[in-house]
Amino acid sequence: MRKYVPKGNVQKQSYYTDRYHVVPQVPRLAVEEDEFFAPQLKILKAKVEIKEASIQIGQMIVEVNAKDNFKAIETLKNECGYAMCSEISAVDYLAQDGEFEIFYQMLNLKSAKRMRLVCRIKENEAIESVEPLFNSANFAEREMFDLFGIYVNNHPFLKRIIMPDDWEGHPLLKTYPLIGDEFASWYEVDKIFGKDAREAIGPENRDPARIERYDTKRFSRVGREVPFDADISQGEPETKIEYSQTVLVNYNKSQKQLDKRK
Amino acid sequence: MQQPNKLSPFFENLNFEREDNTMVINFGPQHPSAHGQLRLVLELDGEQVVNAYPDIGYLHRGVEKMAENMTYNEFLPTTDRLDYIASTSNNYGYALAVEKLLGIEAPRRAQVIRTMLLEINRIISHLFFIATHALDIGAMSVFLYAFREREFAMDLMEDYCGARLTHSAVRIGGVPLDIPSDWMKNVRAFCDKLDEEIEITYEALLTENRIWKMRLEDVGIVPPEEALSWGCTGPMLRGSGIPYDIRKEEPYELYPELDFDIPVSDTNDSYGRYRIYIEEMKQSTRILRQLIPMYDDTEPQLMAHAPQYISAPKEEIMTQNYALMQHFVLVTQGMRPPKGEVYVATESPKGELGFYIKSEGEPYAYRLKIRAPSFYHTGYLQKMLLGGYIPDVVTMISTTNIVFGEVDR
Repeated sequence: MRKYVPKGNVQKQSYYTDRYHVVPQVPRLAVEEDEFFAPQLKILKAKVEIKEASIQIGQMIVEVNAKDNFKAIETLKNECGYAMCSEISAVDYLAQDGEFEIFYQMLNLKSAKRMRLVCRIKENEAIESVEPLFNSANFAEREMFDLFGIYVNNHPFLKRIIMPDDWEGHPLLKTYPLIGDEFASWYEVDKIFGKDAREAIGPENRDPARIERYDTKRFSRVGREVPFDADISQGEPETKIEYSQTVLVNYNKSQKQLDKRK
Repeated sequence: MQQPNKLSPFFENLNFEREDNTMVINFGPQHPSAHGQLRLVLELDGEQVVNAYPDIGYLHRGVEKMAENMTYNEFLPTTDRLDYIASTSNNYGYALAVEKLLGIEAPRRAQVIRTMLLEINRIISHLFFIATHALDIGAMSVFLYAFREREFAMDLMEDYCGARLTHSAVRIGGVPLDIPSDWMKNVRAFCDKLDEEIEITYEALLTENRIWKMRLEDVGIVPPEEALSWGCTGPMLRGSGIPYDIRKEEPYELYPELDFDIPVSDTNDSYGRYRIYIEEMKQSTRILRQLIPMYDDTEPQLMAHAPQYISAPKEEIMTQNYALMQHFVLVTQGMRPPKGEVYVATESPKGELGFYIKSEGEPYAYRLKIRAPSFYHTGYLQKMLLGGYIPDVVTMISTTNIVFGEVDR
């Protein structure tokens, strides 16, 4: 039997981990002790249910329920002074918890503080768009939809943005294969020439140093030159070509001093 | 797919809508003033843009996916390929994010060198902007002059790290090299030269030029509330009268010790942004001049001392067994940062460049998100271009200063 390999996360894994290695955790501080973030958390708490809140590396991280995301962002914008939404994206935790983590990176320009609103959704759930509040979500949510396949409700124009419209799969998922993706490797051939042309065109060469032994269109051997596109599968004759001295001289054995200036 | 015949001929880029008499024109992705691989679908009423749809993704290389499959040090040279006009600012943004995650700080000399490299990169990028902006609008000679000075700045980078475009001049925890001899002298000479050239060449050719002003003034208006809503940063934000520069507001590296001003324009138009770029170059030379004497009273250490994460200096690796073992583990397995998440924003020449790293304690980042300023500026084009005229479309694309390496990632 073949060895079972988990399919949930096919990304590169560390080949060796010390069994006594204990992973440290970035310090998490309580929000209540911070004089800037504490009142804001209180405002947010009055509006939506807070699942978790902490401060990591100078930024507040607040987790809310996914259905409250619009309301939370609205509160942050109108009452806490977060005037810019710098970034929206997701993290794939499907293999561990069957969930996506979606984060909204917010910036308060007046006091130069940043916070991150986090929510988690199940695999086939959709999230509400915050595009009516921040137009920057237009592109950011489209990118999230494209690369993770997360549907966004009430987005004005939810369409793939980076990958082609007819692409299969969502590249940033942990299940997306790194090598051996049949669809991806034949995408151009299938689209331009049709599936029947696969055999005639052949797989794409991804090795820039590849030399094909019997291809006389693109390669030739020194001392064994043959006419263009000649068939050499049965061996090639030795060609009598007078080479200049510099091409074939073996500098390791030759006693000749080529450069007279020395 | 169109079926051309004699009655409806096929025009490669054009399509006429019968109902409302608008014309749909396809701009790019191989248009010389599209600044890379930008495809714009414009719906025109006469010469006026009524609808714009930026289509991106032609330069997508999956950088974020690559980051999840590379160790932290392996990924650093890949960040060069984001904003390839100013590579060091990407290297630095990434290195700073990882350093924040690890909780280490670069030694003082490395900080001086890094800040200098960042400012030289800002000058390189801004010169490139002035050159291409002028070229798009039709001022060919400015392009030649600006590229001349840009070559000198790139020579400085080459003297420092050996590369002109993809520098990789910053490492996680410091810098790889000390500065070569005479470098400071050359930096000072470059600053003098640049200040002089800004005054006698670029500003003399452009600032009061009638044609330049006609093409730029009141073109590409970005109201402040739209700039905030669409996530515009950098000169796009400061061109709308909002004085937010991350170097001042959330200072990193040596910026809190340096004396410099943040140019702001309240005209909201392309001309104001052009003035900001010129003024920022002057401020960069001012910063560089202040940094030169700061270098002298620093210790020679270049990389932070954190044996768990960062290899020891070469002499120690070659002489001490334990340092060699650590180095071997760090090269073959990669460093394992603590579990946690970090978002660090730096002021790249184009705007806010942010790196979000989610670490699960493995040598590979669990998720790395690059917040590229140009991505949001490209998104804003669909609003910015509306109501503009076809000749101004080129100006408006150019004034956002987008680079497709970081739009598509």
